[in-house]
Amino acid sequence: MAELFIYGIVLGSIISLGAVGLTLVYGIVRFANFAHGDLMSAGAYIALFMVTHVLAWAGIPDATFGPLSFGWRMAVAFPVSMAAVAGLAIAVDRILYRKLRLKRSGIVILAMASLGASFIIRMLILILWGPDFIFYRPGLLRPALVLPLGVKIRPDQILILVVAFLLVGLLHLFLKNTRMGKAMRATADNMELARVSGIDTERIIIWTWGIGGALAAAGGILYGIDVQLHAAMGWNFLIPIFAATILGTIGNMYGALFGGLIIGVAQQMSTAFLLPTYKPAVAFIIMIIILLTRPKGLFGGGTRQ
Amino acid sequence: MIILEANGVTAGYTEVNILHDVRIRVRAGEIVSVIGPNGAGKSTLLKAIFGLVAVRSGTVTFKGEDITGQRPDKIARKGISYVPQVDNVFPSLTIEENLEMGAFIRTDDFSQRIRDIYDLFPVLKDKRSQKCGQLSGGQRQMVAMGRALMLDPELLLLDEPSAGLAPFLVSSIFDKIREINATGVALVIVEQNAREALKMAHHGYVLTMGRNAMDDTGKALLANREVARLYLGG
Repeated sequence: MAELFIYGIVLGSIISLGAVGLTLVYGIVRFANFAHGDLMSAGAYIALFMVTHVLAWAGIPDATFGPLSFGWRMAVAFPVSMAAVAGLAIAVDRILYRKLRLKRSGIVILAMASLGASFIIRMLILILWGPDFIFYRPGLLRPALVLPLGVKIRPDQILILVVAFLLVGLLHLFLKNTRMGKAMRATADNMELARVSGIDTERIIIWTWGIGGALAAAGGILYGIDVQLHAAMGWNFLIPIFAATILGTIGNMYGALFGGLIIGVAQQMSTAFLLPTYKPAVAFIIMIIILLTRPKGLFGGGTRQ
Repeated sequence: MIILEANGVTAGYTEVNILHDVRIRVRAGEIVSVIGPNGAGKSTLLKAIFGLVAVRSGTVTFKGEDITGQRPDKIARKGISYVPQVDNVFPSLTIEENLEMGAFIRTDDFSQRIRDIYDLFPVLKDKRSQKCGQLSGGQRQMVAMGRALMLDPELLLLDEPSAGLAPFLVSSIFDKIREINATGVALVIVEQNAREALKMAHHGYVLTMGRNAMDDTGKALLANREVARLYLGG
């Protein structure tokens, strides 16, 4: 059980990266972005393209870092892919969502448009890479360390936790201490008042998509390192990240982080009693229970509007 | 010197216009109060000036420059600040962060300005790291005015500053408005509390049904029988 709990935290940290981005976007742009999971896939596959093609061609050695399953290629591909997906998310907003916003389309129209965007991204991945499971490093033995309580954990998984929490920590510092971060929180609170204060909210929206996209990419790559890549991986993450977002109160970044960890742990622990194929159902059931009992999530209500 | 002039402004949220051919003038450093019954379009007039409502016809000029239909964040850069009637603070931000957001477009050091705001509203200083969602109505109104003053505006638009406040707070908010005006800031105040609003006003405008009904000095309107009967309760 202790082992499943640790695996749940690892999975949960990946879900959190998706959920934090989703909740930021919701808080500011105010619609449910169904393409968020596929931004995670896009991140994973862009990193794959970097590792297997661009960086291989550029002559970066293929050696791994000590006990980890990857090396310099991934270390370079990771931030590059984050930046690329940030750009992709911003581009989709400029091309698609912004036009609908200016026409004052309802949230249902925007959500459906994002569903369309998600299909386009997923189908492009299918066309380019096919429907098979892919590893960043095929055929590599991945030995596990044994921790107290007999918990087996791979060095990769420890790094995944460190990277995920580091990114969320950086986001926290950004939102708390920088001028742009504070303006993002202000815009999420009240967009009209932000505009009245002289804040260019279109610029804030661009930042929000960029950060959301970059975090999604990071989540997708980390999942690829932990498990494997598949064209539908991000789509399958959609229910867990929505469940985490709703559990942690939509728009609340810290809630999304916490919700992601809960969903991850619940999904992994369930495999002790249920077939692993039921994992997505666990997230779905938690989401339904929360919607029925506490629709505003664990951190909703009180004085917050 | 006239700093703000709205001429023939017709505006509305939907196809239905709320303002019809409205005119208002504000001189540098003066208080202009806009009174009138509910639904007369007083708040809409402020929003039309600040670019929050589409102006269908007519013009708004500020210091000789046509600002009709410009985006609010652009108008804020020209020296006009606006305090909405409701939702006028960022509830999940602290008092200090609210003031910083007021200064968002300032690139210089504005720490002295924050100290000035705390001098004007000393109660805010002790609560500077409290979230605004937890404040009382009067304190929120002070944060809202403080936020709007961060840009050192020449003209401040206040929408119903006394709405929803306990009676003993109303007079203190009006005192603060006089203090702000004494520093040279011109104000346009939309108020339900017509008597208090006219008492401190250099000029007053009466709007009814989205049209200009009367305008005169504050004193003259206070002494006007019709105004007294309709809006001053006696």
